[in-house]
Amino acid sequence: MQDDWIQVDDLYFNRGSKVIFSGINLKLRKGKITALLGPSGTGKTTLLHLLGGQLQPIRGSVKVFGKEVPKLSRNALFKLRSRMGVLFQSGALFTDMSVFDNVAFPLRVHTPLPESMIQDLVLIKLEAVGLRGARDLMPIELSGGMARRVALARAIALDPELLMYDEPFAGQDPISMGVLVQLVKRLNKTLGLTSVIVSHDLAETLSIADYAYILAGGKIIAEGTPAELEASQQENVRQFIGGLPDGPVAFNYPSASFADDLFAKKEVDHA
Amino acid sequence: MLDWLAGLGRQGVQLTHALGRSGLFLFQALAGLPRSREAFTLWLNQVYSVGVLSLIIILVSGLFIGMVLGLQGYTILVDFGAQQALGQMVALSLTRELAPVVAALLFAGRAGSALTAEIGLMKATEQLASLEMIGVDPLRRIVAPRLFAGFFALPVLTIIFTCVGIGGGWLVGVDWLGVDAGAFWSNMQASVSFSHDVLNGVIKSWVFAFVVTWIAVYQGYDLVPTSEGISRATTRTVVYSSLAVLGLDFVLTALMFSNL
Repeated sequence: MQDDWIQVDDLYFNRGSKVIFSGINLKLRKGKITALLGPSGTGKTTLLHLLGGQLQPIRGSVKVFGKEVPKLSRNALFKLRSRMGVLFQSGALFTDMSVFDNVAFPLRVHTPLPESMIQDLVLIKLEAVGLRGARDLMPIELSGGMARRVALARAIALDPELLMYDEPFAGQDPISMGVLVQLVKRLNKTLGLTSVIVSHDLAETLSIADYAYILAGGKIIAEGTPAELEASQQENVRQFIGGLPDGPVAFNYPSASFADDLFAKKEVDHA
Repeated sequence: MLDWLAGLGRQGVQLTHALGRSGLFLFQALAGLPRSREAFTLWLNQVYSVGVLSLIIILVSGLFIGMVLGLQGYTILVDFGAQQALGQMVALSLTRELAPVVAALLFAGRAGSALTAEIGLMKATEQLASLEMIGVDPLRRIVAPRLFAGFFALPVLTIIFTCVGIGGGWLVGVDWLGVDAGAFWSNMQASVSFSHDVLNGVIKSWVFAFVVTWIAVYQGYDLVPTSEGISRATTRTVVYSSLAVLGLDFVLTALMFSNL
């Protein structure tokens, strides 16, 4: 029971007429790193928003720390979120605050700690991501990789129990990516976090994940440990893991045949 | 015909939906006003941003509008030998109508559009989502201080506009065209009633402040988070605010000043 403290059951979600999830189930185990993998546009980030209560499902259950997120009041939801951390894809740093103030922000609003203690804690978090020396810089002065590391320091400022990473490795240079991969693993181990990583950087994510789900077509098409997924003979899993262009997972957005579109264009011209 | 009716119905439903959403948004923002020293600091920062930074445009516009009023008023009144009533004319025009309306229109253009763009950019760069996930309600932290700063700043700006406008009228009427200074001030003092003219002008500007700031923050919070979405929302803020100010001005004038 305690091990599956974050659980999604029979979840349905649409964006307009587009079906994003049709009956997915998953469990995040405490203290483990769980990866949500899948092609672009399959709703991985949407799933994080559903876990954080920023979106409401059409049907189904989303339980975080044993609480039914869609049914929480606004105040209860904000209280629950103070136990979570999110690393946004863009970093989402507050542009009117310095690096130091960004990391100090959650501590200042959620704790009664004196400023001297907040300063120590912020420096510890910034040291953990290797950016103690950048504490006086403004977000506009940071590179993309640095901004994401500052955002990570901010996300762990309150020592959350659940940390959600949205594409943490996207667009990183090899050194930054290597550092981030090790950082995520180290933080999870030393802080005893439960982590969810949404990514399509397979090699890096699978190298640190304890368990992974692959999403496609609104459903979970496979789940298991990285070793189990890599050994899977399931056709769509093989296509995704191997990065193959042909297979059951379509690369093209659904459309009429190319020939139909071209002839339709000519008819318009003639008309 | 059926398509037209369906389209009309769809627009009606969308409008009702938007009105409901904006009403709920306003209620949550007003109810969520934090009561702490930090909230006061946030409010004060926004008063600086929407109020103090709008001062230049208010001062310059107020001065020129007062000067134009002085010149036009003198040209008309002098034909009747009534140029001594210039002070009365300038002061009544400004306190009752021009200052609340023009200050609100300028406020919508300067501060309203800036509020929409700022909140919209925060939404587009996921800063609002980030606040939510840190467990901080953006309606309390971002929207409420801006709303209350707007409610406070515009009436103050309107009073400043009126004073500077009267100064502009005095410069042209007394200093340039030679209207008697004593007559200018004493006629103004005799005819402008504090409760009827000044207070009603301030009430008008407070109503405009409420509407303009509400439209501006709601448009920013509700926009489509793209560059085009921000541009459209900023335009909507200025257009909706201007129309609302002009429409409400007629209603308020009818309620306050007509003796029907």
